[in-house]
Amino acid sequence: MFGPGFWRVGRMMNQLSEMQNLQREMNRLFSGFTQPLSHEFPAINIWLGKDDAIVSAELPGIDPGKIDISVVADTITLSGSREKDELKEGESYHRQERNYGNYMRTLQIPFQVDAAKVDAKYEKGVLRITLPRSEAAKPKKISIKSE
Amino acid sequence: MADDKKELQKIEAQSSIETERTRSRRVYVPKVDIYEAKDAIMLVADMPGVDEKSVDITLEKNVLTIAGTVEPEAYKNHSITYSEYDTGDYERSFTISDEVDRNKIEASVKQGVLRVTLHKVEPVKAKKITIKTG
Repeated sequence: MFGPGFWRVGRMMNQLSEMQNLQREMNRLFSGFTQPLSHEFPAINIWLGKDDAIVSAELPGIDPGKIDISVVADTITLSGSREKDELKEGESYHRQERNYGNYMRTLQIPFQVDAAKVDAKYEKGVLRITLPRSEAAKPKKISIKSE
Repeated sequence: MADDKKELQKIEAQSSIETERTRSRRVYVPKVDIYEAKDAIMLVADMPGVDEKSVDITLEKNVLTIAGTVEPEAYKNHSITYSEYDTGDYERSFTISDEVDRNKIEASVKQGVLRVTLHKVEPVKAKKITIKTG
C-alpha cells in the first residue's frame, strides 16, 4: 500500500502551503474543527533542514521495539501494529474510540537518505526519525571561473 | 487501519462552558476507551506528547477531568514542509457515578497513553442480624 504520493512535497511546497492554509481555514469554518489533510494512520509531519529531514508521527501506546522503519534511497516505510487491550472475562466496554490494527505508511522525501545514519527516537508516544541527506545528494557549490 | 476514516482525525475540543483559555493553543479531545471490570472502571486515553509531569487529573464533585499539556513541536533550523497533524493540549471531562470510590483513583502514563483506574466502592455486605430470644 502506498500512501498519497509524496512527490509533490519537495517541488510544490511553496504553492501548496498557501493553498493548504486556505483549505484548512475553510475546513475549519465549515466543519467546526480542522481536518488533517490525510486520513492515514499514523499522522505524519515532515520538517526539512539543510542537511536532514525529521519525520514525526504520533503513535501512542506502541512498543518502540515493534515499530518497523525501513529506508530505501529516498523512501521511508513505517509499519507495525497496535494491539488491543485484552479484556478479561466479565469486563465490558463502555466506550471504544481508540484505533487498533495494522498500519503502514510509505513516504518519499525530496532527497536521497544516508540509511546508515538514520536515527529514530520514541518518546511520550511520539516517534521522531532523523533522516540525514546522503553525501552524494548534498548540494554542491559551483564556482564560476572568469577569464 | 480502521474503516471509519473520520475516526482517525484529531478532534478539537469545543468548550461547553463559556470560558476562554489564557494560552492561545489548540485543545484536542483525546480518544478514550472505557471498560468496566468487576471492581474497577478503567479509562485509557491516547495523549501523545504527554508524560506524567504534564498531565493533570482533577475530580470535582462528580466530574473527572483529564488535561495534558504538550510542548509545541519545533526543530532548530528546520521548517515544516508537510503536516498532517497539529500539536496542542488535551482536555476531556467525564461524569462519574457514585459507584466510584473518590479516594481510590489511580493513574499512570506510559508511551503517551494515560490509564486511570477508578476503583468501585466496596459493596455493602449483607449483615445477618440474629434475633435474641428474650
